[in-house]
Amino acid sequence: MGLFVNITLDGIANGMIFAALALALVLIFRATRIVNFAQGAMGMITTFIASSILGRGIGYWWAFAAVLVIGFVLGALVERVLIRPLQGKSELNPVIVTIGLLVVLEGLAGTIYGNSSRGFPAAYSQSGLTVGHTKVAFSHFDVFILVSVLILMTGTLVLFRATTLGLRMRASAFAGEISRLLGVRVGLLLTLGWALAGVAGSLAGLLVAPTSSFGPYFMDLVLVYAFTAAVIGGLESPVGALIGGLITGLSISYVGGYLGSGLQPLGALVLLMVALMARPEGIFARPPARRV
Amino acid sequence: MLEVQDLSVSYGAVDALRSVTLSARPGAITAILGANGAGKTTLLRTISGLVKPRAGSIRFSGAELLGRAVEDIARRGVAHVPEGRGVIAELTVEDNLRLATLWCMGRRERQGAIESMLELFPRLRGFRRSHASTLSGGERQMLVIGRALISRPKLLLLDEPSLGLAPLVTAQLMGLLRAHTEGTDMTVVLVEQNARSALSVSQSAVVLNLGEVVVSDDAATIAADSGLRHHYLGF
Repeated sequence: MGLFVNITLDGIANGMIFAALALALVLIFRATRIVNFAQGAMGMITTFIASSILGRGIGYWWAFAAVLVIGFVLGALVERVLIRPLQGKSELNPVIVTIGLLVVLEGLAGTIYGNSSRGFPAAYSQSGLTVGHTKVAFSHFDVFILVSVLILMTGTLVLFRATTLGLRMRASAFAGEISRLLGVRVGLLLTLGWALAGVAGSLAGLLVAPTSSFGPYFMDLVLVYAFTAAVIGGLESPVGALIGGLITGLSISYVGGYLGSGLQPLGALVLLMVALMARPEGIFARPPARRV
Repeated sequence: MLEVQDLSVSYGAVDALRSVTLSARPGAITAILGANGAGKTTLLRTISGLVKPRAGSIRFSGAELLGRAVEDIARRGVAHVPEGRGVIAELTVEDNLRLATLWCMGRRERQGAIESMLELFPRLRGFRRSHASTLSGGERQMLVIGRALISRPKLLLLDEPSLGLAPLVTAQLMGLLRAHTEGTDMTVVLVEQNARSALSVSQSAVVLNLGEVVVSDDAATIAADSGLRHHYLGF
């Protein structure tokens, strides 16, 4: 029983991180129909920048805030410089470009910071909380993961559902040409979508780094899990990203806990296959428009 | 006043419009008629900035529209209702309407404008919080026309609004259009394959054939010319 509880708690914490990165994938996919394979690598680069900032003796929260801003700018830059010029060409081109960006960023990080893994501090203690007299596998840092990702998710939902900026963003994503005819500056909003994804990706990097072997490739596997989460959730829905993240996190946690951690990536791929076979459009996909 | 001068548009080697010159005056409906492939849709898409022409000029209220971005042309008061019912199916009816007010109204004014459009099209009222995907063809057409009118445009471009609609709904729509145009300073350009119904509401008309202007005259004069009707308008 104790093992099950601990595995479950671990799965929830991991799932929230996958949800954050899945949200980044969703933000970009719904706005531009592109799967951003460089999303993890972008989070990796911003985490290295955080590491550099921290290395200069600047406080954790300053670095945290700075890196989210840098993630925002990086997302916007990638859209403007690399993705925008490919508009109107084959849909595959920008996807290939994101794979290229992944390789470039990982190479760059390896060149600048070296390929060996290093430590990265956590915002709060990583030793398990004590409930009654038992120590559980859920730390202050896990609480922080939970809260920060929930804030990110809630913020995104409020933005989309309750603000006119969110209305513009949804309209641009669903019907770019019609939105432009209604005076919506679609180009700007697509850039904003990439920028927000950059923030979500940076947050995911900061949350993963303390518990993994932080190096140029530390986000690769996280991206695979996040992609699984996003597909389960339907690739278009922020709520779907959250639920998909939790499902993925719990699943691989159970696989790791009961079958061995080496099987976790395989578990995620099996989950992805099952999800694609059972419900290819995802749990939270919007209903197809009725044709009349 | 809309003034199109020597407008030429090509898609690759194909000329869609050849030196088209026409004008449309405020407070009146100008019908653009012609068979499939005459260049009607291309003309509207060029005016609203979606298509870049090879040559020519498009002036509205004295200002050149060519070279401006689509959204900037829209923000000058040009509302284009594209062919095939441009509702955004994933948004609610109210959000479809709201979207068109964002650039031109404050928050308070916005809600009032939405209410007045729902009054104009009472059938939409019951669907205000439903996704536009649940609307029928006629209701969708009402929504896109309402969405175009809500920003109080100075130039309204309508592409085949009667396509796929029952004759009775078409007649209602045309009547409403006329009522909203006469006595205002709105310029309306109406593209229609259904020449008979378009001529019945418009004051002037332009007949296009293979990208060229065949004739440009009063709607009544064109409707009375049986040769023209037989040749180009199919009635």
